[in-house]
Amino acid sequence: MGKIIKYVLYDILQNKIIIAYTLFLLVVSVSMLSLETDTNKGTLSLLNIILIVLPLVSIVFATIHFYNSYEFIELLIAQPLQRSKILLSQYFGVTIALLTAFGIGVGMPLVLLSFTEASSMLILSGALLTVVFTSLAFWASVITNDKAKGIGISLLLWFYFSLIYDGLVLLLLFSFSDYPLEKAVMVFTALNPVDMGRIMILLKLDISALMGYTGALYKQFFGSGYGTIISTGVMLVWAIVPIAFAVRIFNRKDL
Amino acid sequence: MIHVSQLHKTFGNLKVLNDINIGFEQGQIVAVIGPNGSGKTTFIKCLLGMVMPDEGQITFNGKTIKNDWNYRSLIGYMPQIGRYPDNMKVGQLFEMMKDIRKSAEDNVQTDEDLLEAFDMKSIYHKPMRTLSGGTRQKVSACLAFLFNPPVLILDEPTTGLDPLSAELLKLKIAREKESNKLVLITSHILSDLDELVTNVMYIFEGDVFFYKTLEELKRETGEEKLGKAIANIIRQGHKKLKD
Repeated sequence: MGKIIKYVLYDILQNKIIIAYTLFLLVVSVSMLSLETDTNKGTLSLLNIILIVLPLVSIVFATIHFYNSYEFIELLIAQPLQRSKILLSQYFGVTIALLTAFGIGVGMPLVLLSFTEASSMLILSGALLTVVFTSLAFWASVITNDKAKGIGISLLLWFYFSLIYDGLVLLLLFSFSDYPLEKAVMVFTALNPVDMGRIMILLKLDISALMGYTGALYKQFFGSGYGTIISTGVMLVWAIVPIAFAVRIFNRKDL
Repeated sequence: MIHVSQLHKTFGNLKVLNDINIGFEQGQIVAVIGPNGSGKTTFIKCLLGMVMPDEGQITFNGKTIKNDWNYRSLIGYMPQIGRYPDNMKVGQLFEMMKDIRKSAEDNVQTDEDLLEAFDMKSIYHKPMRTLSGGTRQKVSACLAFLFNPPVLILDEPTTGLDPLSAELLKLKIAREKESNKLVLITSHILSDLDELVTNVMYIFEGDVFFYKTLEELKRETGEEKLGKAIANIIRQGHKKLKD
């Protein structure tokens, strides 16, 4: 498996997109962190950009990479290799590349320029979001042979988690505003990795007071060390389930 | 060596393979022939585990190939259209394949006859995307023979090759026949197969229309050339179907 990951990484480095992505993240984080005098504010601005850009780049890059490696996958399938190993090597290769880009582009400036509890949480949730959305991308790519369809599904997933989902939750909250929804809202948050990533960081920024009673409940639950472990766990479920489904489908796929 | 029983495969509404029963043994060179779209490539891909059959069983040395992957270390496969990673150079491709196969087998005795015959070393520095169709075909052929596997599956090996290279490849196949290997070849160029094959498998609409040794075939039809013999059989067969 290690050998295949090596070739996948080599292939990713051949096209320069991953390097451009690293540089982009680096420029954004350094400028955000040095423009704001208040480190918490800088972290918050960075958070908003990361929550949009990271999932989008992860899911689109991983999907395109999968379709571009189709030849490579075809070649490997006829070799004495396990199918699940081939797909997982692709997954780990892409994840390692994206995590490295994130580590250099965002992790390094955060550690050097403003190392707080909130920024370490930002690094954790950013890394988890990368893993989750790469996993979703592989699931989307495996279910169809059509490249355009695959990228379409990936983009829809991103739209859903980044934009549509929050709208739906708001709608729900307004329609049922007469009922106590605090517990339900917590469940809704766990059902969306992007929201999960956001909550993980916001609660470390001491602005949860702005979110009223729900915020207090959040703080009580997610703010503790216990909550961090649970939210990391939920994110890992979000990473493992799609890739597990992808492996299942891939094992039975005709090539 | 390879036994196939009651193999069925449908793609959507299209029935591609319809109850195929056949067995291949070592030392045979089998020509798999049939009209376009008769299911030859699908059949071959089923043997390789690239296409999952709907029904039926394929055994390799007595063991079912379902959920197995180790058996593929005994097969060299040359695809109809060889598709390779664009960014990779020819030399890197060979290195990578050696690297990947090394873990699966303990002692790999590589067979570099074809690499030398096709003078692959001279194009080691070229990226795969710049190669012509024929050159890719040569790369595929080299890869199939590289690990000296006891079974070779060649899908349209000579299409796209220049006459000299096609001749070199045929020589190589003939040599493999002597070392008691099993070779499956699909081709439309029957004259290519004439000097090589021991058995002929004719697939028609996803079914085995006939499976005979070359001698049987020639005896029954009274023809000397494979092409004519097959034309003869098909004509008779179709007449029978009409009656």
